[in-house]
Amino acid sequence: MTSRATTFTRRVATTAAPVALVLVVLLLALNSNGYVVTIVGFAAIYGIFCTGLNFFMGYTGQASFGQNAFAALGGYGTAILTATYYWDPVAAFFVSMIFAGIVAAIIGYPTLKLRGHYLAMATFALGLITYEISIEWIDLTQGYMGYSGIPPLGVFGFELATEKQQLVALALLLLLGVWISTRLRDSRFGRALRSIAGSEPAAQALGVNVARYKLAAFVIAAMYASAAGSLFAHFVGFISPEVFGAAMVIQSFTMLFLGGIGTTWGPVIGALIVSMLPEVLRGMHLKELQDVAYCIILVSILIFAPKGIFALIGEGVAAITRRRATETAPSAAAAQAAG
Amino acid sequence: MAMLSIRNVTKRFGGLVANDNISFDVEQGALFAVIGPNGAGKTTLFNMISGFFAPTSGSVHFDGADITGRPQYQVSEGGLVRTYQLVQLFKDLTVAQNVMAGFHRVTRGGVASALFRPGWMRAQEKHIADKTGELLDFVGLGGRGDMLADKLPYGQQRLLEVARALAAEPKLLLLDEPAAGLNVQETAALADVIERVNQRGVTVLLVEHDMGLVMRVAQRIAVIDFGRKIAEGAPAEIKTHPDVLAAYLGGTEAA
Ligand SMILES: Nc1ncnc2c1ncn2[C@@H]1O[C@H](COP(=O)(O)OP(=O)(O)O)[C@@H](O)[C@H]1O
Ligand SMILES: [Mg+2]
Repeated sequence: MTSRATTFTRRVATTAAPVALVLVVLLLALNSNGYVVTIVGFAAIYGIFCTGLNFFMGYTGQASFGQNAFAALGGYGTAILTATYYWDPVAAFFVSMIFAGIVAAIIGYPTLKLRGHYLAMATFALGLITYEISIEWIDLTQGYMGYSGIPPLGVFGFELATEKQQLVALALLLLLGVWISTRLRDSRFGRALRSIAGSEPAAQALGVNVARYKLAAFVIAAMYASAAGSLFAHFVGFISPEVFGAAMVIQSFTMLFLGGIGTTWGPVIGALIVSMLPEVLRGMHLKELQDVAYCIILVSILIFAPKGIFALIGEGVAAITRRRATETAPSAAAAQAAG
Repeated sequence: MAMLSIRNVTKRFGGLVANDNISFDVEQGALFAVIGPNGAGKTTLFNMISGFFAPTSGSVHFDGADITGRPQYQVSEGGLVRTYQLVQLFKDLTVAQNVMAGFHRVTRGGVASALFRPGWMRAQEKHIADKTGELLDFVGLGGRGDMLADKLPYGQQRLLEVARALAAEPKLLLLDEPAAGLNVQETAALADVIERVNQRGVTVLLVEHDMGLVMRVAQRIAVIDFGRKIAEGAPAEIKTHPDVLAAYLGGTEAA
């Protein structure tokens, strides 16, 4: 239906260019001071978190305001298992992730029957409850004091001692996370999720078990969130309840909507930009306005570019290829280029 | 045994009896139409057949099984696929992607096969892509695959819905007022598609307001008025049936 050249341009726009961007940022960070490394590391961790959230909110079109709960499970799981019980980080990572997935399945099963506002409220409550538990259950979490002494990420007994080594690992995991997201999106599984986002009645009528697929998307999102929480714990070496508080929800929403909800690379691009934002504001001596800036960005995006930056880029590319290849199907695909 | 058998189906919404003791059979291979004035209870009947909600009483048998009260996705899995009175396309997807989503019922694979893409999975994807092209050609939307579904003119959106439903390879296709809002040419194109679908061996049950369309395509017609079935028969019989003329055609024919 489309020419080779168009397909090629689309590939570059949707895969090669974002991968290159991630690698360039990684290289720049590796040649900078520790502070930049930290910022880019956070961006990668949030990129993983948002890529997961995108399964549920983007592909499947549902709302979750409580994904921070699963990041907390991952963060505390890793902290407790590695710092107190001296587990191998990889084992702690996967055990926490599976635990978060099981919790998501148990909570999601009744909750996902709710829709719209009710689902949003229920998930928000989940985040709040987890936050309270992380404060109150002091024996387990050390409460407000937070959990320190978490070792750096390690692979097979080899510890990634420096922040820069860890950053490389984070970038690779981020790329893996997006690769999984892309593969799942363009498959029978992904089409089922996206049909739910498009129209639940139509999905049902085509034989899609809507409840089951929503639950699957919720569990996947929770597992990504847990992974992000674990990685944060290793990267910083310290976690506290505040790390996984409600601010995380606002921040991840800003990233998701800014970058492009429902697209493959949007969450990553959003995470990168929003992570840089405090530094830009600091440069302009406006640090106190950070939360206000998030909200302004979020609202502007919702109004002016509801499909986010990645979709805008996609539309730009589509417009260019359209001009260049008028002999083929005319409207070759803002949507596809954005995907 | 009939492909679809509806027995004494009743649906109450509080005090309102939307469907009152309706029974009829749709034989395999038939093109059957249900007609009746607005608010007669046609969509309600469809909702019970397709499992959107359960009847208050009565039973629905499809393809030899009692499907009364089964959840909709299970009914669809069994081969009973419906469209809705209001277009329910996946607006953010392209025309081709809409049809591809329709293959869910007749394909397999979950997370693992999506990640590792074994040979059978790639063959299946290729099959889906090929068949999608064929189906779009079949309904006259060839060459539009890369467009966003939302950007199609309304008449073509309805054709796309039919193509998507056909992707699921239904044994019985339920169409709820597919010609609503279409102009004369669009309705003719749709009628042509419906006839060709039926010729391919798909049993069709159609709810329709457009009498021209119904009289042209339907082999058998049931008439519903105020939730009750008042007549059933071939189009010629229905046209002259006194109760039908009084209840439904009366207003327009007598003028
Ligand atoms: N979900 C519902 N809840 C309450 N009343 C309903 C519902 N669905 C339909 N009705 C009522 O049932 C009657 C039949 O409606 P419907 O089946 O949509 O008619 P038709 O499709 O023939 O125009 C109408 O009076 C309508 O208001
Ligand atoms: Mg109706």
